[in-house]
Formats: sequence, structure tokens, C-alpha cells
Amino acid sequence: MGGMTYTMTDTTKLSTAECYGIALCELGEEHQDVVALTADLAKSTKIGMFGEHFPDRFFNVGIAEQNLFGVAAGMAKNGLIPFASTFAIFTAARSLDQIHTDICYQNVPVKIIATHAGTSFGQAGSTHHSLIDMACMRALPNMTVICPCDGSETYHAVKAAYDIPGPVYIRINRGFDQVIYKNIDDCKFDYKKATVMNEGTDITIIACGSCVFEAMQAARMAEADAGLKVRVLNMHTIKPLDEEAVLSAVMDTRRIITAEDHEVMGGLGSAVAEVVAKSGKACAFKMLGHQNAFSTIGLQEDLLAMAKIDANGISEAIQEMMHADFEADDAWDDEF
Amino acid sequence: MPKKELKPFDKSEWLRLEKKADEMRRMAIQTAIWGGSGHLGGSLSAMDAMVTLYYRIMNIDPEDPDYEDRDRFILSKGHCAVGYAPILCDIGYMPVDELKIFNLTGAKIGMHLDCNKVKGTDCSTGSLGHGISLAVGFALAGRVNKRDYMCYCLTGDGELNEGSNWEAAMSAAQFKLSNVVVLADNNKCMIDGRVDDEMKVEPLDKKFEAFGFRVIRVDGHNIKEINNALEDAVANHENGGTQPTAIILDTFKGAGVDFMQDNYLWHYGSLDEAMEKQASDSLDKYYKERCERAEKEA
Repeated sequence: MGGMTYTMTDTTKLSTAECYGIALCELGEEHQDVVALTADLAKSTKIGMFGEHFPDRFFNVGIAEQNLFGVAAGMAKNGLIPFASTFAIFTAARSLDQIHTDICYQNVPVKIIATHAGTSFGQAGSTHHSLIDMACMRALPNMTVICPCDGSETYHAVKAAYDIPGPVYIRINRGFDQVIYKNIDDCKFDYKKATVMNEGTDITIIACGSCVFEAMQAARMAEADAGLKVRVLNMHTIKPLDEEAVLSAVMDTRRIITAEDHEVMGGLGSAVAEVVAKSGKACAFKMLGHQNAFSTIGLQEDLLAMAKIDANGISEAIQEMMHADFEADDAWDDEF
Repeated sequence: MPKKELKPFDKSEWLRLEKKADEMRRMAIQTAIWGGSGHLGGSLSAMDAMVTLYYRIMNIDPEDPDYEDRDRFILSKGHCAVGYAPILCDIGYMPVDELKIFNLTGAKIGMHLDCNKVKGTDCSTGSLGHGISLAVGFALAGRVNKRDYMCYCLTGDGELNEGSNWEAAMSAAQFKLSNVVVLADNNKCMIDGRVDDEMKVEPLDKKFEAFGFRVIRVDGHNIKEINNALEDAVANHENGGTQPTAIILDTFKGAGVDFMQDNYLWHYGSLDEAMEKQASDSLDKYYKERCERAEKEA
């Protein structure tokens, strides 16, 4: 492909959004029906990389997010596969009506790659943090919702989005994520299946996005400090949720903690809670995330710590849950 | 399908369209009666423009609703489905019988059309202020796909309070989409009152001009004027124009029915038997006047 200078081996030098840009450029090369749109955030979201390679298939609508998603829907109604990018909070809050009606109701294949998700735009403060987007997107019929954990997984999620039917919402962070998969090929991504990052039988942490790395750190700490076997599930896809993985966690570990850089209401925690509650199986359960509160200005690592969704916060939750008194009845036979 | 060759707009053509507009006004009212109620005010104000588009101007094929080179139409004022759906049924996209269950539970055709259920509908609309963006998307897709078609978007005037319209208008001009034609049904009424009293949108011509459109202002109940404006918009596109066109249709809400005409309270409503009779008599008189004008001015 002319002009592409990246090699797909090492992601440590690439921001998460750059991995998105590379995946999108590859899709553009492979498929003539891929077009890209943004609202004056070509550089920030890295969708501009597509624009450099395919200027005739790239459209910048200016600072006008409602129009961004309306136009994308119109293009999708006419046989194209539009990828549209702006910041996550403007996607979910400002343009929700267009996403609801023009994209989801019409069930057209607009692929939304929303950047600067969670608290990843830390110092920009609450106006630019996105703690409600997964809740909004998850409630929309036809929508698939994905929250990758790093650049490699983002690459795969974006590539997969082309083939996933209907609208897709992928939320990614600003800047560099902690690298989980050093090489693109190390990551095996199936949007219907959660990825087991660490096997364990004492407790399960179900995390997405930034919290996957933090959960893996917390699992190591718990093993080193207390010999605990902590299962870590990377629940990269919030909808459709891998219910089987959740139910296995309930049965195998009976203790679940969810962790997300998002409001606990309506996000990953809620999605997992719904599965647990429907199962009728008893399970100690804790939801970590932002607790009905706006975030403050600060570095993302500090904000994760303040919300207790960093490795220390998750460790604390593990300890609390492991020390909580349970009913002595270990046999679940009577519950079937 | 080759580009549509238009017949000259002579007296017989005008009278043919007048007859169709009369039929569709009556069918809209009948549909509202079948459904129990409907948005008749805005449907009757927009009817002449919709009839001119569907029965003369637009390049469409009801036998092949998704034909790629067809002209597109987006009813941005989606609540006026009670006026739009009878046209779709009359030309053959949907069975007329579907109108008899308009808005009833489980019906395909209702207050706001779902393009996944109603053939011939290019977009699902209902939430106001979305249509122009969709039309811009349609037109850009045409450019990418190397297809040439017109994209007509009918908005209300009250609807133009929505800021999203102006985001979209800016982009239609920026992308030089000469195949985008916005028809603004300027009936001067909205749900809670008159547009001028509630949230003024005039001067609409100057607004669209300022947003980069060519603007043509016409009597929205004079089919000859509507036709000339639409033919002009198509010619502008075919001759390599670089601007989108806005056609401001000066209309009356509830046009043709005396007790509805220019009455904002008739945004939405239902008719009893007496009203039905009065509406029918009123439409008889309206049609006669309209034909007399066509005879005289053709």
C-alpha cells in the first residue's frame, strides 16, 4: 500500500488512536466502500491518517457533531461503510439523537470510533471526560459496544467492526495505553468472547479498557501477597456481553468485581450485574468505577486512583471481598 | 434508467398535477380518519410540493424502489407521513389498504415512517432537524459511488429552529452539493403558535443565502411556480452548479380546508362526521379555484 510506513509488529511506540488510524487505513485499502468522517478532530482522533491516504473518501464537517452522525447515516444508507470519529462525550451526549434515530433505528452500518474515553483526557476535566457513553450506547438497539484495553486490541476491534453487522461503537483512550499486547499478533480478538487474561478460582475481576491492565496488576499483587488465584476477564465487548464467561465466573469463583473507567450505572458493572441477577446464583459482587460523580481535573493515573480503579484500588476491593463473611454453606446444590 | 425527460409544463400537465394534488389532499384526510387522527396541517401545506416532486420531477421506479440512480426524497418534517404515505401508496410502493390501518397497533404505516418497513421511504424520520444532514450524506455517497441523483429534503419552517439544520446547511454548501435541494414548507405555524410569535425563522431566504444556498422563493400552492423552481434546481446541478438550492415555499397550514387553513391549532387533530363533510365541501371549492387559476395562468 503506497504511503503506509508503519510495520505491524511493535505497538509500544504507537498511541492507541494511531493503532486505530492504521487499522482504518488498511480497511480503506481493502474496501472501497469505507469512508471516514470527523468533526474538526482529524488529528486528535487520528482518523486524519485515513484522510491523508484517501482524501476523496474523507470528510471533515467542522465543529458539528450532530451533522457528523447524520451525514454518516445518510452515507451508510447508500451502501457505504462510514467510520466516524470525535471525542466520546460529544458522541454520546451531543449527538445521541442522531445516533438513536438516524443510525440505530435505521440500523445502518456506521462505525463510531469515539476517542478520549473515560478520564483519559484527564487535564481537560469533566467536560471532556466520558463516563456515560457506554450506558447510552448499550441501551440502543442494534448497537455493538466495544471498549478495547490497548492499541493492539483497538487495531483488531476496528478491523472487526467492518464485518460486524449494523452500527458499532468503539471507545478508545487518548494517548498511550499501558501495553498489554506488545505485538498486534499477540492479541486474539473475538468480539463475542471475553478474553481470559489470568486464570483463577478465588475471585474474578471483570474489566474493560484501562482497567484491564490495572486488574492484571492487582491480580499479581494478590497472588504475591496472599497467594490468591485471581481470574481476570478482559470484557472488551460490553454488548453483546459474553454471558457465558460471567456465569462461569459466578460458578467457579463466587466472587466478582467489575472495574471500568465509566459510571457504574449502565456500564460494564451494570451489564455484568444483570447477568448475575438473572442467573439466580448467589455471588459476592462489587462494582468499581465512577460512583455517581463527575470526575475532576488531573492526570488520568491520579483520576483512576481517586476512583479506586487503579491496581491499588482493585487490590483493596479484592482484600475486602476476600475477608467478607460468607455463608458457610459452600454447596450450591440446593440452589439449583 | 436514463435521466428523466420532462414533458413541457403546459396547461394539461398543470391540470393533471392539480387533480393529483386534490386526490392526495382527500386521501390524507381519509387516512387521518382511518387512523383516528393525524398531522393534517403540515401535510396539506406541503402537499403541492410533494405531488410536483413525485408525479413529475423525481426519477424513481416503484417497481425497483432501491434503484441506485433514483432521486432521493427525505421528509424531514417526518410527522407529515399522513400526507406523504398516500402518495407512496398511490404510486405503487405500498398497497393502499395499508392506509386503512394507519397508526393502528402493528401497522407498517404510521405517524412517522420507518424506512425498513415502508418501501419507497429513503429515510426514517420523526425527530426534527435531521433531514438535511441525511441529504448531505446521500449526496456525498453519490459522489463517492460515482452515481448522479438529486436529493430533495422537505423541512418545516418551525423545524428550522433546530440548530442541526444549520450545521447541515453549512456542510451542503461547503461540499458544493448542487444536487441537494432543501424545500422549506413555510406555513408559518408550529404546535404552540405562530412561528413569528414563538421563535421566528424569517427571513428564510436571507438565512439560506447566507449559508451558501441559491434561494428561490415561491408560492407553495402554485404548482407552476414550484415546478419552475425545481426544474431550475435540477438544471443548476446538471449545468455544473456548485451550490445547493433552497426553495422557500410560502404556504398555509391546512391549505384547502377552510377551518384548518392558517390555523396553528390544526397541527394535529381528528375529524368528526360534520368536519369531514365540511372539509370535503371546502376541498371541492379549493380545487375549482385552483383549476381556474391553472386555466388562466398556464
